[in-house]
Amino acid sequence: MTKKVFNPDVDAPVFKGKYAPYDIIKEGTIAVVIVALLTVVLAVLFSSPDEKAVTIKSWSNATPMDFVATAITELDGTSGTATYGPPYNNAATGQQIGPFTLAKWMGLNVKVNTASDFVVAPLSTLADQPALKTALTAFTSASSTQKASWEANYSKALTTGRFSSGTLQVPATNAGPVPVMMSALTAMARSGALDQALVTAKGFYTTDYTKPLLFMADGSFLASKAQAQHLSGDQWGMMNETGSYPGQAWLWLYTMWYQVPPFSTSWGANADALVWALMMILTLLLALMPWIPGLRSIPRKVKVYRLIWREHYKSA
Amino acid sequence: MTTEIDRQWTTRLRKTVVEKLPPEKLLPDTQPAYVASWIYVFGVTTLAALAIVIATGCVLAMKGPLWWHLSSTGHFVNSLHLWSVEIFFFAMVIHLWGKYFMAAWRGGRQLTWVTGVVLFLTSIGAGFTGYVSQTNYDSQWISTQAKDGINATGGGAFFNVLNLGQMLMWHIVLLPLAAVALTAVHVIYVRIKGVVPPFEEEK
Amino acid sequence: MGLTEFFGAVFNLDHVGKYIHWGFIQLSVSNAILIALMIVTFISALLLPFPGKRNRKEGK
Repeated sequence: MTKKVFNPDVDAPVFKGKYAPYDIIKEGTIAVVIVALLTVVLAVLFSSPDEKAVTIKSWSNATPMDFVATAITELDGTSGTATYGPPYNNAATGQQIGPFTLAKWMGLNVKVNTASDFVVAPLSTLADQPALKTALTAFTSASSTQKASWEANYSKALTTGRFSSGTLQVPATNAGPVPVMMSALTAMARSGALDQALVTAKGFYTTDYTKPLLFMADGSFLASKAQAQHLSGDQWGMMNETGSYPGQAWLWLYTMWYQVPPFSTSWGANADALVWALMMILTLLLALMPWIPGLRSIPRKVKVYRLIWREHYKSA
Repeated sequence: MTTEIDRQWTTRLRKTVVEKLPPEKLLPDTQPAYVASWIYVFGVTTLAALAIVIATGCVLAMKGPLWWHLSSTGHFVNSLHLWSVEIFFFAMVIHLWGKYFMAAWRGGRQLTWVTGVVLFLTSIGAGFTGYVSQTNYDSQWISTQAKDGINATGGGAFFNVLNLGQMLMWHIVLLPLAAVALTAVHVIYVRIKGVVPPFEEEK
Repeated sequence: MGLTEFFGAVFNLDHVGKYIHWGFIQLSVSNAILIALMIVTFISALLLPFPGKRNRKEGK
């Protein structure tokens, strides 16, 4: 039977030296007290950020034209959400890593149809609006070609539209019922009723904000606030926090890939999937370090350990 | 000759546990003389910080998610929770750096290393679900951004970061349980195997 | 002094942060301070003497 060879990067020598008294419970208690005190001191010195959440109401009141511009893309199916793909809809395949279309394989588990969920259904909840009711009936009974034509004409007119004196003024021609619907949706948004309708569609008690968040993310309001606070993906935003607070420094490597080619350029369309895949590989390397020759030899070669164990080596 | 009592699951479990981890090993009163460096305090500091994170989290749980927006005491406890998390990651990463340079996986300690890395990932997950549970602008931005990464790998089909209820429950139930369980396993491994000995130097 | 005064921050960080731009790297000053503190702490932990030399003669 061959004797197993001692590998200094895998095996540890048997320690035959002295033991010294070491009070681990006392050490633990001191650690808790110090960390607790430090936490209180930091909280008193710096507090914590709490920037108020944006609502569809605040968005549509601050930038009504951006709201309408987003709303028409939800109706005509060209918004970010409408063209997203899985898990929301089948408009696209979703991102892929080589031949692996993971999102598509996992299916549509969070179904969102922007035209009905974000526009038609909320408008249908409004009572006592005969003109709107007529418009909705005309819209839902029209063919898809007719709808597309109306929507396109409205979109075109939107470029010269404006919001003044509390009303939407869009010089649309041949847009059918769409102008009435967009005006009603804008009014609904500005009143706060749209925030509510998007959340309570499935019942009274819901803690699921998927719809209003996707709707807001399709517009520019959420993103412009983020850009101003350095939170955008291309600003290393993942590491940052609102205000001047420290953020998540430990995410430095994850966000770094988004800043560099090819992730920021030619691989951009699949950047999320590819960065995830890369980070999973790197994480696996970290986890499996004990079994990776070369990487696991670095500690022995770099000799930082000589500082840690200098007393031991001196007395040896 | 084994008796009926010897064959009981209870007896066999107790004997296995006591053999692997007798009280003197679980709570030792000495350490090898080479455990004499400030680098060794970062494991216990991480543990202490985890305790404060959970304690402050419990106080936040007592009054629910609106509290820290509407009350200055609530906001203060929110600050305590944030800074204890910062200390937690600060200590954990330094602990990781120290353990790497000691090649602390040596001598059959691979699982201590692996559980440590998994704990790091679990903590990042706990931090992330915490951020999206703040119910403020930060949560809105982080969730609408993070959804792309998670959706891209198919995770979005069952882990919807825009679903506050789901995220909050992962943050206060599932991930803390995982973190505490993994921490217990990690620390027990250290107690069973002992602190890794120094590299042997050529004389 | 009311609780509100006590719980308000000494240093108000609720304003847009300052950022360091270095090549393709953009790092917030707060994160940079934190990372620098970590490196300083790590190096200090390696270099600072650990008490307890007198105990070395005791024990098994």
